[in-house]
Amino acid sequence: MTCPLFLQIEVYQPNKNRSQFVIFKSKKMKKASIAMIIGPLFLLGLYIFPLWNIMLGAPQYPDPLGLNIHINGLQGVNEFDIQNIDGLNHYIGMHTLPKVEDMWEFGTFPIVIGIMAALGVSIGILGYLDKLSFKWFLGWFLLMSILGLLGMYDFNEWLIDYGTNLDSNAIMKLTNPDGSPMTYKPPLLGHVKMLNFDVTSLPSTGAWLMFVGMMLTLAAAFMGWKSTKTQ
Amino acid sequence: MKIDKYFIFYMGLALMLASCGEQKNSSNGALSSSAAEKVYVAPGEQDEYYAFLSGGYSGNLTVYGLPSGRMFKEIPVFSQFPTSGYGYSEETVPMLNTSHGFVPWDDLHHPDISQTNGELDGRWIFVNGNNTPRIARVDLSTFETAEIIEVPNSAGNHSSSFITENTEYVVAGTRFAVPVPQRDMPINEYKGNFKGALTFISVDPEHGHMAIKFQLLMPGFNYDLSHPGRGKSHGWFFFTTYNTEEANSLLEVNASQNDKDFIAAINWKKIEEYVNNGGGTKIPAKYAHNVYDEHSHTGTSTLKEEVLTVDPTKVPGAVYFLPTPKSPHGCDVDPTGQYIIGNGKLSADLTVHSFDKMIAAIEGEKFDGEAYGIPILKFEDVLAGQVKSGGLGPLHTEFDGKGNAYTTFFISSEVVKWQLGTWEVIDRKPTYYSVGHLMIPGGNSRKPFGKYVVAMNKITKDRYLPTGPEMEHSAQLYDISGDKMELIYDFPTHGEPHYAAGCPAELLTSNSRKIYRLDENRHPYAVTTADGSKVVRDGNEVHIYMSTIRSHFTPDNIEGIKVGDKVYFHITNHEQDFDVPHGFAILGQNSSELLVMPGQTKTSVWEPKEVGVWPFYCTDFCSALHQEMQGYVRVSPANSNVELKWSLGE
Repeated sequence: MTCPLFLQIEVYQPNKNRSQFVIFKSKKMKKASIAMIIGPLFLLGLYIFPLWNIMLGAPQYPDPLGLNIHINGLQGVNEFDIQNIDGLNHYIGMHTLPKVEDMWEFGTFPIVIGIMAALGVSIGILGYLDKLSFKWFLGWFLLMSILGLLGMYDFNEWLIDYGTNLDSNAIMKLTNPDGSPMTYKPPLLGHVKMLNFDVTSLPSTGAWLMFVGMMLTLAAAFMGWKSTKTQ
Repeated sequence: MKIDKYFIFYMGLALMLASCGEQKNSSNGALSSSAAEKVYVAPGEQDEYYAFLSGGYSGNLTVYGLPSGRMFKEIPVFSQFPTSGYGYSEETVPMLNTSHGFVPWDDLHHPDISQTNGELDGRWIFVNGNNTPRIARVDLSTFETAEIIEVPNSAGNHSSSFITENTEYVVAGTRFAVPVPQRDMPINEYKGNFKGALTFISVDPEHGHMAIKFQLLMPGFNYDLSHPGRGKSHGWFFFTTYNTEEANSLLEVNASQNDKDFIAAINWKKIEEYVNNGGGTKIPAKYAHNVYDEHSHTGTSTLKEEVLTVDPTKVPGAVYFLPTPKSPHGCDVDPTGQYIIGNGKLSADLTVHSFDKMIAAIEGEKFDGEAYGIPILKFEDVLAGQVKSGGLGPLHTEFDGKGNAYTTFFISSEVVKWQLGTWEVIDRKPTYYSVGHLMIPGGNSRKPFGKYVVAMNKITKDRYLPTGPEMEHSAQLYDISGDKMELIYDFPTHGEPHYAAGCPAELLTSNSRKIYRLDENRHPYAVTTADGSKVVRDGNEVHIYMSTIRSHFTPDNIEGIKVGDKVYFHITNHEQDFDVPHGFAILGQNSSELLVMPGQTKTSVWEPKEVGVWPFYCTDFCSALHQEMQGYVRVSPANSNVELKWSLGE
């Protein structure tokens, strides 16, 4: 976890007199608040960069097909990847990848992210003006974490539906060794071998930016807490 | 017993000899294993160079990799090619149109890659059709024929399709002198009456489109090969001639009488200026100009009616003859543009002319008479040197960019390496057998890549497993990176390669197209949406707008076709994935299949002659369900009332 240098310096500060310390505390809280203002801004990266990335490589696809999952829709890594993934998946009865209008998430997620970024920045500003305590910072972080987990859960639900809700007239109906119908859920995280395809699913730039931003807000909460503790 | 002793002695001797033989073999083995390493391109790895070998009488151009000698593609140019439907599909038939009608074949000779500042730029490759004179431009992003222009007043379009150093012109010279314009006259009145047309075809710098700028009507010699000046000699073009005797029969004797023929030096910049200032005479001439549009996926043929001709005697200082011994074949210019090499095919020697000396002789007006009003320079005045090779029948010279030249000798069957300037022979290696031309990638430019030379042999004999009387020609690869040439590989070629051009792979790989974009498809009968398929009747013509995607045709059931109909299958491939073509063939088709690239539309005409239910199918293995990619057309009697309908999945 990030632990900015000035947090450590603080330990060695001599506790001289109270008035001096109030100024010092307020300075620390201001720094924490600045981190709290900047952190949520990293969420805005999600409007540009993909949240998640799924790559599908196979012997016939030395240049793998790829899917970038943005908060507002799906995009192929290369221009025609979505069409080509759909084309291949129709053999095994998978539905085509959802368009923007097919999933409420693509409309809702950008709004939620926008609200959370605005809320976080507002909390930071109010913290800077000494109107709010560091607990609000932590609160924002926890809310964002819960929303993130819910998003992951929802994403996983879609992956399950995408990989298991198969057309009953599929051209190829494959079974597992135990006789159960084979399903094709891509992994939420990591690599899976699926028929002739190597499927790798990893967070992408947008998620990493969000992660950095959230860590900044957590650090902000920590810094805020430290400033009260030294009090 | 005595006999036994001798027997043992002989046995011992035989064993010793055998072991000597084995040693020799194993040393050969070590040699060939190092050659093997040089040509081995491991699975998954790619070649260092592209080589474009002319197909000669196949009419097409073949693409190889060097050093592996693997063939990658045959590009149909002048010949119908049932493999892809070229020359059979409605879109490509116009590409083979000429003033003589549809000509489905030609003899393709001399590929030349486009250049900028005398260096290969890899945009296009130009090739000539020898028999019904034509020049084609092949696009090196699609590796398809993009344009063909017929050359009027020419016959045996052989000293062609060489380009100037900024691809200002692609040049086409006639091999056979003919009456210009063509007319009914006695053959034996050839001498003094026939003409040799040298045609300068301008190339649009952006799109590559060709147009005949002017035809220089030279004396009726035979113009064999040509090359542009480069560097200091840029602005000049050089043509070898034979039959300066102007014989019209038994040429093998009658055209070999003069001790010297000529290299014609043409100052095309001077003629260009003359023409731009209104010089020249327009004469009627019929020729076809065929252009393929990459977006409509369709060729269009236009017949032109006249051509601008130039009388060389009307442009002073534009044309000179350089005496050159013995019916020279190849006419090659070194990378600096200083030396012009005449490969005197009936002699042992190479004649090298000096550009500087030529200019000095012209300025000094030191002429040795004239031929049909064209000044002849004195042999001694323009001679830079002669290569006394000891070989026989020099044909063609290329350069390695390190001051060396490599010449093929047809009669003595060898490649000879010699040094420019000293004219000394450095090395010679046999070829198997009877080499015609040779190619060093960029060897005909200011910047050769002197690592390999490919020798194209005319005779194959025992080099490969026998395949009856007819065999593919043999090419051989020499490593020329060291002082001595080393023969490292044999590989068969397709047709008869007369000539080749090569370039580093990276010049082309990044520009090579993977698909055609469906959203750029402007074919008038294209189906660009999944539900856009339809069948339209117009009298007895039926147009089927059909699409393909793995792995079905839309529609795949068609009824209401009648005997006597002319059915156009317009197939659009909806794939946008690299290397997923679909094919189309229908029983009784009087042409070829179609091979349709992703995003492309092609059309095949089918005229059903009998009632029945006739199947069609995909000819290119496209997916695991390829075998299911099939459909039916119901054909009813001419007078039937069966309704026109079409469907998929009903």
